[in-house]
Amino acid sequence: MNFLRSASTLALRSTAGSHILTRRAALPATTFAVRHLSDSTKKVIEDAISGNKLVVFMKGTPRAPMCGFSRAVMQIFDVQGVDMEKSLKSFNILEDEELRSGIKEFSSWPTIPQVYINGEFVGGCDIMVTMHQNGELEELLIKEGLVEPETEAHPRD
Amino acid sequence: MSAPTSNVTIDTLTEACNSTLGAVHVEAKDISGGCGQNFEIMIVSPMFEGKSTLQKHRMVNEALKDQIAQVHAFSQKSFTPAQWEAFQKQ
Repeated sequence: MNFLRSASTLALRSTAGSHILTRRAALPATTFAVRHLSDSTKKVIEDAISGNKLVVFMKGTPRAPMCGFSRAVMQIFDVQGVDMEKSLKSFNILEDEELRSGIKEFSSWPTIPQVYINGEFVGGCDIMVTMHQNGELEELLIKEGLVEPETEAHPRD
Repeated sequence: MSAPTSNVTIDTLTEACNSTLGAVHVEAKDISGGCGQNFEIMIVSPMFEGKSTLQKHRMVNEALKDQIAQVHAFSQKSFTPAQWEAFQKQ
């Protein structure tokens, strides 16, 4: 059972350190059965993305992200001037194993975090960074009313 | 027979990008610090022409699906040849 021990070490280390894709990734694929998205989880996701303009499925919370990728996405929204308390609905997938695997299947996307804006999957961390840099994200956030255009973007200043 | 936790290497990632995505340039980096579980990859392919960022990433995710499932962390940048040229000039 040596592989189990080493796998859990890996999982622990990566939770504390950089970003993990899946806990499953740390274990040999053969030890895990394929999960299917349950109707109840699917409904949770659908209700969340239809009832909120901005939804992020992440590791940890906006105030305490538990992974570098999730942290990066939160920092981007912060810099963009999104009101995190009011406008951002987040799900900590570390606290819900079914949601963790379910959201990957729902979005056909292998990694966390995952960002939904106005009911549509926009991307993960790499895409958020790209869109942040090329201005597309600001455009989208303004269009969806998640930030105010121009100088109003940083009300705390 | 139990499979090793990860047999993903820079070579296997590069090979998959070349064969499945028709990549003309691939830069794969192992940024795991030794354990081989954390990769960063830049892919240039004419097949990305006319695709949105999300579509490009989905193509890469699909092409590297089995390998991504084996590692902890994976980060990608995808370019068309024209985007790559512009990126290098920055």
